[in-house]
Amino acid sequence: MSGIPHDHYEPKTGAEKWLHSRLPIVGLLYDTIMIPTPKNLNWWWIWGIVLAFCLALQIVTGIVLVMHYTPHVDLAFASVEHIMRNVNGGFMIRYLHANGASLFFVAVYIHIFRGLFYGSYKAPREITWIVGMLIYLMMMGTAFMGYVLPWGQMSFWGATVITGLFGAIPLIGEPIQTWLLGGPAVDNATLNRFFSLHYLLPFVIAGLVIVHIWAFHTTGNNNPTGVEVRRGSKEEAKKDTLPFWPYFVIKDFLGLAVVLLVFWAIVGFMPNYLGHPDNYIEANPLQTPAHIVPEWYFLPFYAILRAFTSEVWVVQIASFVTGGIVDAKFFGVLAMFGAIAVMALAPWLDTSRVRSGKYRPQFKWWFLLLVIDFFALMWLGAMPAEEPYASFSLIASAYWFGYFLVILPLLGVIEKPDAIPATIEEDFDSHYGKKSEATPAE
Amino acid sequence: MSHAEDHEGTRRDFLYYATAGAGAVTAGAAVWPLVNQMNPSADVQALSSIIVDVSGVDVGTQISVMFLGKPVFIRRRTQAEIDEGRAVEMKDLIDTSSENPNKPGSDASDENRTLDEAGEWLVMMGVCTHLGCVPLGDGAGDFDGWFCPCHGSHYDTAGRIRKGPAPQNLHIPVAEFTDATTLKLG
Repeated sequence: MSGIPHDHYEPKTGAEKWLHSRLPIVGLLYDTIMIPTPKNLNWWWIWGIVLAFCLALQIVTGIVLVMHYTPHVDLAFASVEHIMRNVNGGFMIRYLHANGASLFFVAVYIHIFRGLFYGSYKAPREITWIVGMLIYLMMMGTAFMGYVLPWGQMSFWGATVITGLFGAIPLIGEPIQTWLLGGPAVDNATLNRFFSLHYLLPFVIAGLVIVHIWAFHTTGNNNPTGVEVRRGSKEEAKKDTLPFWPYFVIKDFLGLAVVLLVFWAIVGFMPNYLGHPDNYIEANPLQTPAHIVPEWYFLPFYAILRAFTSEVWVVQIASFVTGGIVDAKFFGVLAMFGAIAVMALAPWLDTSRVRSGKYRPQFKWWFLLLVIDFFALMWLGAMPAEEPYASFSLIASAYWFGYFLVILPLLGVIEKPDAIPATIEEDFDSHYGKKSEATPAE
Repeated sequence: MSHAEDHEGTRRDFLYYATAGAGAVTAGAAVWPLVNQMNPSADVQALSSIIVDVSGVDVGTQISVMFLGKPVFIRRRTQAEIDEGRAVEMKDLIDTSSENPNKPGSDASDENRTLDEAGEWLVMMGVCTHLGCVPLGDGAGDFDGWFCPCHGSHYDTAGRIRKGPAPQNLHIPVAEFTDATTLKLG
C-alpha cells in the first residue's frame, strides 16, 4: 500500500511465516490498524467509529429480528407486536434497531458536515467522499425500506409517497413505479421485495465501508489543519502522526461511550420519542393519516421536495423550456436528488486551494449558515404544507443549492485565506507545547 | 503478406465479436428474468372488474371502495356542488383534460367529469395525482371538494386540481352504470 511511510508487519515465528507466505491476512490487518494517523485529530473525528458501531448494531439486531418477523401483509404487523410482547427481550432488540437507525443518521450527518468544514472531500480524497456519498444513499434506501416492514400506517403511506417519486419521471415513470411495487399499489409484493433488499443492502454498505477505508488509508486521513502529513521519510512522518492503535482507538472508544450513554437513555426511557404514533395503527390502503411525516433524518430533503410548487418561477421556466415535461412534481423530485448530488460534487465545486475551513475567514460564516439551513429544512419538513412554511422552505432550499453551486466556487476566488501552519507538528506544538522540551528524556 | 494479415485480422475480429455478442446476449437473457420477476405477478395482473351497489348512497354522501389495490371515491353530489363545479371557467384550471377514459380526449368541464347527464355521480380514483395519498373528502380544502393532507393539494367539487403540487385532476376509472343503482368498475 502506498501512502504514509510506516513500519510494516514482519512475521517472526515459523507459524506466522508459514501463514504470511500463503495468505498475508495478518499483515493486512496489522497495516490497517497501525495506520499512521495525524496526531492533531479533534473530537469531530470520532464519528467514523460510531458509524462502524451502528452498522454492526443494525446487522446484529436485524438478523435476530428476522428470526421472529413475517413479511406478509396479513401477518407483518402482528409479528412485530409478537416481537414486542412475546419474544424474550424482543421489545428491547426492536427498540435498539429502530433507534439505532436514528443514531446511524445522527452520526453520518455529523461525519458529513465534519468533512464539509475541514475540506475532507478535496483532492486527493474525492474517491473517499464519493464512496461515502454512495454509502449515505444506500443508508437512506435501507432505512426507508426497513420502515415499511412493520406495515403500520406510516410504513404504508411512506412507501406510497416515496415510490410515487419514481412515478413522477416523465413517460417511463408509471411502468417503473409498477415494476418497483410489483403491482398497481403498495401491497404484498412490495413488502416482500423491500424485506429482501433491506436484508441485502447493509452488506453492500459493509463492502462500501471497506472501500471507503481503503481509499482514505491510501491518501491518509485529513486533519483539522488540512495540512498533509510529511512523507519524506519514516522519521518525518512520525513527527506528524501516531499509530491508529492504540492512540485513536482508545480515544474514539471514549467518544463512543459518551454517545452510547445518550443512546441507551433514549432506548431505555423514551424509545418511541423519534417514532410516529400512527405507525402503531395497521396499514390501511383506504385511509391516509392526516399528517404524513417521514422520519426525522429525511426531513431536510423532504422539505426541498415540497418547496418547488407550480407557483415558483424556476419551476415555471423549467416547465416552459421543456414543453411541460418537467412539471412541478418532477421538478421537486429532481431538486431532492439534486440536493444530494451537489453535495457529492463538492470536491469539484470548491475552488479554494486551502483545505480546512479553519483558515478561511469568510467560508466559516457561509458554512455556519449551511448548518443552520440544514436544521431549518429539517424543521420545515415536519411542518404542514402551507404558508408561511412553504416560502421558508423555498428560501432554505435556495440557500442549500446556492452554497454548493455559487458560494463554494466563488469563495475560492474572492476569499483571502489566513496563514496555514507549515506542518501538523507545528500546529500540534503550538497547542500542547513541544514534547521534547516539556519532558526530559527519562 | 499484408493481404494474408488482413485476412487473419478479419477472422480474429469476427471470432471476437461473435464471442462477445454471444456473451452479451447470454448475460441479457440471464438478467431479464431477474428483472421481470419484479413486474406484477399473474394474480395481480388478473385485473377484475367489480360491481358496486350504490343504492345506499344518498345525495351529499360518498363511499370508498377498493379497486386494484386503490380506493375509488363514489360521490353523489348535491345541487350546490354541481352548480359550483359548473361555474368554474376553464382558464382557472391547472389541468384542462377531463382525465376521464369514459370520455377520452374531452376537456375538464364539470359535465365531462361525471358519469350521468345530471352530474350527480362523480366516480374517481381516490389517489392524489401528486404522490398517491388518499385525499380527504366531504368538502375538504379551499375549493369544497377534496384535500390531500400529504402535500396540500386542493381539488374542487368535480375533483379537479386547483391548488398545490399535484399536476392532474383526480383520475376517473373506466366505469358505467349497468342499471340505476349498480355501478361496474373496470
